Amino acid sequence: MKTYTYTEKKDTRSGFGAGLAELGRTNPNVVALCADLIGSLKMNEFIDENPERFFQIGIAEANMMGIAAGLTIGGKIPFTGTFANFSTGRVYDQIRQSIAYSGKNVKICASHAGLTLGEDGATHQILEDIGLMKMLPGMVVINPCDYNQTKAATIAIADYDGPVYLRFGRPSVPIFTPADQKFEIGKAIKFTEGTDVTIVATGHLVWEALEASKVLNEAGISAEVINIHTIKPLDNKAILDSVAKTGCIVTAEEHNFLGGLGESVARVLALHHPTPQEFVATNDTFGESGTPVQLMDKYGLNSDAIIKAVLKVIKRK
Amino acid sequence: MPNIKELTDLTTQVRRDIIRMVHKVNSGHPGGSLGCAEFFVSLYQELLETKEGFNMDGIGEDLFFLSNGHISPVYYSVLARSGYFPVEELNTFRLLDSRLQGHPTTHEGLPGIRIASGSLGQGMSVAIGAAQAKKLNNDNHLIYSLHGDGELQEGQNWEAIMYASAKKVDNLISTIDLNKQQIDGSTDDVLPMGSLRAKFEAFGWTVLDIEKGNDIEAILKGMAKAKSLTGKGKPVCVLLHTVMGNGIDFMMHTHAWHGKAPNDEQLAIGLAQNPETLGDY
Repeated sequence: MKTYTYTEKKDTRSGFGAGLAELGRTNPNVVALCADLIGSLKMNEFIDENPERFFQIGIAEANMMGIAAGLTIGGKIPFTGTFANFSTGRVYDQIRQSIAYSGKNVKICASHAGLTLGEDGATHQILEDIGLMKMLPGMVVINPCDYNQTKAATIAIADYDGPVYLRFGRPSVPIFTPADQKFEIGKAIKFTEGTDVTIVATGHLVWEALEASKVLNEAGISAEVINIHTIKPLDNKAILDSVAKTGCIVTAEEHNFLGGLGESVARVLALHHPTPQEFVATNDTFGESGTPVQLMDKYGLNSDAIIKAVLKVIKRK
Repeated sequence: MPNIKELTDLTTQVRRDIIRMVHKVNSGHPGGSLGCAEFFVSLYQELLETKEGFNMDGIGEDLFFLSNGHISPVYYSVLARSGYFPVEELNTFRLLDSRLQGHPTTHEGLPGIRIASGSLGQGMSVAIGAAQAKKLNNDNHLIYSLHGDGELQEGQNWEAIMYASAKKVDNLISTIDLNKQQIDGSTDDVLPMGSLRAKFEAFGWTVLDIEKGNDIEAILKGMAKAKSLTGKGKPVCVLLHTVMGNGIDFMMHTHAWHGKAPNDEQLAIGLAQNPETLGDY
């Protein structure tokens, strides 16, 4: 079995900041907007190098989404930056009408998604954003898994013409994807080959899935770990090819099971290849204050939870 | 010099278009549309510097954004009669498979429309973004926007109003259709907003009133003044005092026709008060 290790940990938001800085140097149409969270979103490098292409909006996210929509009229490619909660739920109608329905080329970049925001608690820990955004017609939804993938995704979405929701997080997590990877929107990445179970994971749960697969392998269970970084459009083929081989699947995400990756996968399976599935996700609940590790443990979003789900789903085959 | 007679004749025809459109499908918003007929005619016939054809990016031309999208009948009529799409297409207003949706949208590719509007309070932010893109592109053309007065009850407007002056968005002329009516009654009854002039001035805008908002000469004069005030470090607000339902006597000065279509008899009366000038679609 191929195993993955890491030598460095970094936050995925810094991958966004690095990708945005690179875009600032390579694409003169890229502009950035922020609602008073420059440091949290790691946007400083872009701003220092391109002050004329940065718009500090203040604490006014609805206005930010509208201004971003307007900036596209004139050929700009706006990247908005704020926390995931304020990037989605707070401004849903602005995104729906002025960006999605209007077909505007806005990149909604959302940090501090999910429970791993940590101590700030449930007011800031959105676990519903993937569902909100994937329901909007035409919206691309991406949740990269580490620093390198987030940087590559940030760069890649500038070349895609249309609205994109890019979701990333706050904590330092292992860097295990290559620095020189090419990011293909909608293309799943297979990390390990396996025959007994498919584990489909997104965001911070991808590393946890790889950790789980090591333990499972030692127990004689061969897990195929697939990274779905693009939740919409979903790579149906990668999922169907894998379950045709393994016959069962676990989905893992830092999101409510309602509206998340798991539901998107379940639909594909229901339509094309009904397959036993277990969901590693939050169970229709809000979060709370705590450290990221404590929270991921309490709400069942780590390698232990994935292992339990695998053992359960294999019995349902 | 603008030919006022021609603009007046066009306005009369636009009024006919508006009530015929909403009558045919028994839905739509005639009151606010009629109140802004002179403004739209002035805007598209005299004020906007535009290029031939329609290009979404609008580089090198003035752009207009309608925030209170429910007055789509006047928007569609004036766009059609200004050459953006065939006048006959007004026949399809609010019908299945039409580009003339109930509220304006880019989704069906109707030339002249650059943003969807209808859910209120979003247009000023979009207009500001377009204005800032013009500055980045070193494009000296202007952004015009129109907003309902009742629409200013939406909080996003005040985020935008605060931002526009703070960031010196001085290539923007936002006009407020001050008809003092909204769906449930007069704005003073539903949610009194006090002095809009004082509010915009307090937020750092240059404000001017067009007291006769249904008088084409007054609109042209006022908007020329507004244009002369751009480029001076402040966004410009025009308070356009209009009469809802203007030009059809039983629809005037009331909120009753905000979102209600005339019946056959009422249509006939309205058309009789506005004799055909340029030919019905």
